[in-house]
Amino acid sequence: MTDNIITVENMSFSRGQRTIYDNISLNVKRGKITAIMGPSGIGKTTLLKLIGGQLIPSVGKVEFAGQDVHRISRSSLYQLRKKMGMLFQSGALFTNMSVFDNVAFPLREHSELSEDIIHTLVLLKLEAVGLRGAHDLMPSELSGGMARRAALARAIALDPELIMYDEPFAGQDPISLGVLLELIKSLSQALQLTSIVVTHDVTEVLSIADYVYILANKTIIGEGTPEEIQQSESALVQQFLEGKPNGPVPFHFPAKDLASEFIGNQ
Amino acid sequence: MEILQRLGRNTIDTFASIGAASLMLYGALIAIPKWKNIRLTVEQMYVVGVQSLLIILVSGLFIGMVMALQGYTILVNYGAEGSLGPMVALSILRELGPVVTALLFAGRAGSALTAEIGLMKATEQLSSLEMMAVDPLRRIVSPRFWAGVISMPMLAIIFSAVGILGGHLVGVDWLGVDAGSYWSIMQSTVDWNEDVINGVIKALVFAVVIVWIALFKGYSCIPTSEGISKATTETVVYASLAILGLDFVLTALMFGIS
Ligand SMILES: Nc1ncnc2c1ncn2[C@@H]1O[C@H](COP(=O)(O)OP(=O)(O)O)[C@@H](O)[C@H]1O
Ligand SMILES: [Mg+2]
Repeated sequence: MTDNIITVENMSFSRGQRTIYDNISLNVKRGKITAIMGPSGIGKTTLLKLIGGQLIPSVGKVEFAGQDVHRISRSSLYQLRKKMGMLFQSGALFTNMSVFDNVAFPLREHSELSEDIIHTLVLLKLEAVGLRGAHDLMPSELSGGMARRAALARAIALDPELIMYDEPFAGQDPISLGVLLELIKSLSQALQLTSIVVTHDVTEVLSIADYVYILANKTIIGEGTPEEIQQSESALVQQFLEGKPNGPVPFHFPAKDLASEFIGNQ
Repeated sequence: MEILQRLGRNTIDTFASIGAASLMLYGALIAIPKWKNIRLTVEQMYVVGVQSLLIILVSGLFIGMVMALQGYTILVNYGAEGSLGPMVALSILRELGPVVTALLFAGRAGSALTAEIGLMKATEQLSSLEMMAVDPLRRIVSPRFWAGVISMPMLAIIFSAVGILGGHLVGVDWLGVDAGSYWSIMQSTVDWNEDVINGVIKALVFAVVIVWIALFKGYSCIPTSEGISKATTETVVYASLAILGLDFVLTALMFGIS
């Protein structure tokens, strides 16, 4: 038994004509925090959906706990997903249910527990994210940061082995950001949870990650522990870490050059 | 040449989406019914059925009243105002009941279904269901489908009953047609299988088509505000056209050749 919970092998993926990934491979170690960084629009959310089996790669394979996510039957895939939690960028709480019912939802769907036990479990999960007092609010009454924490409580309701955070820090005030960082760290340590954190907030994630992958130009441009990454010689990696607008990583979406766009059209 | 190309592309797109819509329905309906799903279906029947009741009652009443008014002014010329009962009853049971109910249902419940599911898609609620190992087809689409298919025919029956009462209100209570002939000639003319059951069958067919279109449009919409607004409009337009076209076909089959 390896200690990689996820292995992505030689995977490529395209949306229509556009290649998003060209032959990438990466591993996620069990019980560790793995950060995946890259500029926006590079395909980080797409990568999480590929791992969750919502999208199918054109070439290559993704294994989760030794099972090929895209070759197993539909019902096995659903079984597998019970071991994964995903925190969506928007939170994706069910708007017609209270915070309590949102967190109780996976428990009611997948366990035969009594309402009493579910009540206790839900309050414990909400306590862990600091929202026990908000359990009877509706999602529309929450701020963005609270909604994301409520969604986090829902994602860990079934005690998954893996949790994938899609840009958990985007749009958070400094305090919620600190709280979230602490949460991710403590969840990973206390529950032996494997975490994948997708983000473009460099400093925050480098402080908690055990291993880092940096994506750009359809592939992985750098990987290593945070120290290795910071000492990397690669111009691409340095540009990303320092946030320089010009360098090997283009800021512009691929396009014709400006002059031919204006002149060439007549 | 370009027109031919576009025609070909549109034809392929149409068949592709019919295929996708069939797959969606198959994925939603081929499942062993569970107690939880029955509860969800009943909840949805409240939303699509009970909440459409008011508009159905009011429209049924007015359509019945207008039918009686129009029918009376024609029939009275021939001294045949005694036949007002069957005239109102037959036109409502065979045509207006199922068709008008279906059109109202498409506008009231169909558009709401499309918008609701489209918004769930746009806010990643459907994706997050999948990631929680809950199949959105079974959890979201299937209860709404059954709720619509069960509720719509009931609404059509209610519409027809209220319409006939509305006809009575105008014909008998206001214009003075004999109450006995309104009811007794209606009884002897209206046939259970031919008229009542055929009307319900029409309503059932319309219900399947409306809910199917509404759910598919929501499920397959482009998850942006324009995409949802376009999908909602398309639901109402396509469902209305489908209702009118199918009504002609069904009428020809039921009443045409006999
Ligand atoms: N549903 C979709 N259909 C077509 N293209 C998409 C879709 N979702 C994302 N994309 C494209 O895939 C690329 C990667 O998207 P995404 O994974 O969301 O990026 P990130 O999360 O890194 O910001 C984007 O450039 C976007 O244009
Ligand atoms: Mg993203």
